[in-house]
Amino acid sequence: MLDETRKPLVSVRDLKMHFPIYAGLLRRRVGEVKAVDGVSFDVMEGETLCLVGESGCGKSTCGRAVLRLYDITSGQINIDGQEIGSAPQPKLRPMRPTMQMVFQDPQASLNPRMTVEAIIKEPLDEHTKLSEKEKRDKVGELMDAVGLNRKFAKRYPHAFSGGQRQRIGIARALALNPKFIVCDEPIAALDVSIQAQVVNLLEDLQDQFGLTYLFISHDLSMVRHIATRVAVMYLGKVVELAPREALYADPLHPYTKALLSAVPEPDPSLEGKVERIILKGDVPSPSNPPQGCNFCTRCPSVMDICKQVEPEYREVKPGRFTACHLYNDTADPTAGHEAQESTNKESLT
Amino acid sequence: MTEPQSIKPVKPVLTAGDATAFAGRDRARNQWLDVWAQFRTHKGAMFGLFFLTFITLFVTVGPLIWNVDPGKLDIRNKDVRPIYIALVYSDAKVNWANPMGTDNLGRDIMANIMQGGRISLAVGWTAMILAVFLGTLIGVLAGYFRRLDGLLMRFTDLVLSLPLLPLLLVMMLLFRDPLRAAFGPEQGIFILIVLGIGITSWMQTARIVRGDVMALKEREFVLAARSIGTPPHRMITRHLLPNVLSPIMVSATLGLATAIITESALSFLGLGFPSDFPTWGKILFDSVDRMTSFPERVVWPGLAISLTVLSVNFIGDGLRDALDPRIRGQ
Repeated sequence: MLDETRKPLVSVRDLKMHFPIYAGLLRRRVGEVKAVDGVSFDVMEGETLCLVGESGCGKSTCGRAVLRLYDITSGQINIDGQEIGSAPQPKLRPMRPTMQMVFQDPQASLNPRMTVEAIIKEPLDEHTKLSEKEKRDKVGELMDAVGLNRKFAKRYPHAFSGGQRQRIGIARALALNPKFIVCDEPIAALDVSIQAQVVNLLEDLQDQFGLTYLFISHDLSMVRHIATRVAVMYLGKVVELAPREALYADPLHPYTKALLSAVPEPDPSLEGKVERIILKGDVPSPSNPPQGCNFCTRCPSVMDICKQVEPEYREVKPGRFTACHLYNDTADPTAGHEAQESTNKESLT
Repeated sequence: MTEPQSIKPVKPVLTAGDATAFAGRDRARNQWLDVWAQFRTHKGAMFGLFFLTFITLFVTVGPLIWNVDPGKLDIRNKDVRPIYIALVYSDAKVNWANPMGTDNLGRDIMANIMQGGRISLAVGWTAMILAVFLGTLIGVLAGYFRRLDGLLMRFTDLVLSLPLLPLLLVMMLLFRDPLRAAFGPEQGIFILIVLGIGITSWMQTARIVRGDVMALKEREFVLAARSIGTPPHRMITRHLLPNVLSPIMVSATLGLATAIITESALSFLGLGFPSDFPTWGKILFDSVDRMTSFPERVVWPGLAISLTVLSVNFIGDGLRDALDPRIRGQ
């Protein structure tokens, strides 16, 4: 399933992003919100890694932390052979052109006082020494690439629709020919017809420019469409990471199973057969996660060990990572065998 | 990655919006023309601009034409009424040499208002610019750099809690003579008054700007700029300042009014400019005693102060609208 020749463009190891909580008269530090708590994954060159999970699980924070928009608590982030996890912000500046971001809210991510041309030109102003005319030409090319009329260059963002604004945001992200783009729910604020346009545009751009995406979303059907591999997050941790087909066909982690069972089934004749896994209770507070496995308070197949020992995040089958005690006895030699089975199952279905 | 690598123009995958809509019309016109067009639709602002130009010309060019020394005493011609009074009371003491009348020492009121306007406007504008500059600087620094926030805002609270007028009085007493010695009587007092008003009226601006900057800092476009690698100083000038322009403009227009009025108050207390040196505020306060007999001596400088303040307010209002692309587009 995975192309073995591909090497990871981005590799994240044990990334932690904790936000301090200050309280009381003296504003003393009384705790921290563990928004991202020990996340590790690789993004291969040219692939789309989707990060899914319910709201508040730390997806967006993770995406922003990978680009070092925050000063992370700990962990290593390696992008294109350079370690940026602990680099101070000024040192990151020359690295910025390699990694860019597309934001969730196209209204808020564009400065209302700047024209479209100025917005798309900003990365060029910061990182290149092109002349004004060359910059204008490049802005025109970018507007063509994302399907915006060049004549709109002197207009302001308020004059555009949501989909057009998102295209402006994408053009800005593309301006410096990045290798890696974090798409932070780029389609969540758009209506369904526009979502398809924007996703297709992102896919076309990926083919043209050989981009690598970290695609953050909560829309599982859209993820199924765009992803190469999928990482499922719950309460600041990646609980499962697997290639798309394998994950949708045979989810390993109980949370992934519950999450996938929530995807509506379009075929009415099959709808009755779908078994919904309804999770009880609420997500625990990220400032005070439960002992042991984070999911143990809601897991349908919870065991005693789950409430004491935190499960290790590891490869249980080739290419499939999960953090769950259910797979503790899966010894490595049989892993290959089971993977064989699952691929067979896939080919049958 | 920084070298220009050209992107092949590809067939647009999907054309967003109506590509044919403005195909024939090039919208690449000068932004400032748009700003001016929007400004012109604001009637109050146009009136303000007209009046401010008029009053500025009146006090700058006026003395060149109306060549009368404002300090010249002419006791024989004291208490002359303005020329228009003759229309109502035919026996009133009027003459064409003093169309707006003279005061109780026979000084020409029109020349005094011209000379006083020069000082009042100069003090008002300079003190306002100083206060807005200080306020914006401190507000932006406190709002943007969290480390400076506590220190700068406590300092702002400190200055805010000082009683303004006594502070100004103490400043005048302490520094008047050294500054007079260094820059001459008028220049020295001018510097002292401008500095005094400027550094005691920046606090409101600083607070408003800080609040706005803190709110803006969390918006996604600032995050987007950070992901591009925009350094803090360009972040402030490119993304934050244009977006806090409205509150700055409002406090600037209010600041001009306050500065002119504070200067008047200082002159009234006898701590402003020397007594033979007219300003609008001083003319006003000098005439209060005999207001019932000579209302024109209060009405004209009072009208000049309030209309100037009003027109600056209107101009600020119009400019704020004209500089906001969201309003301009409609």
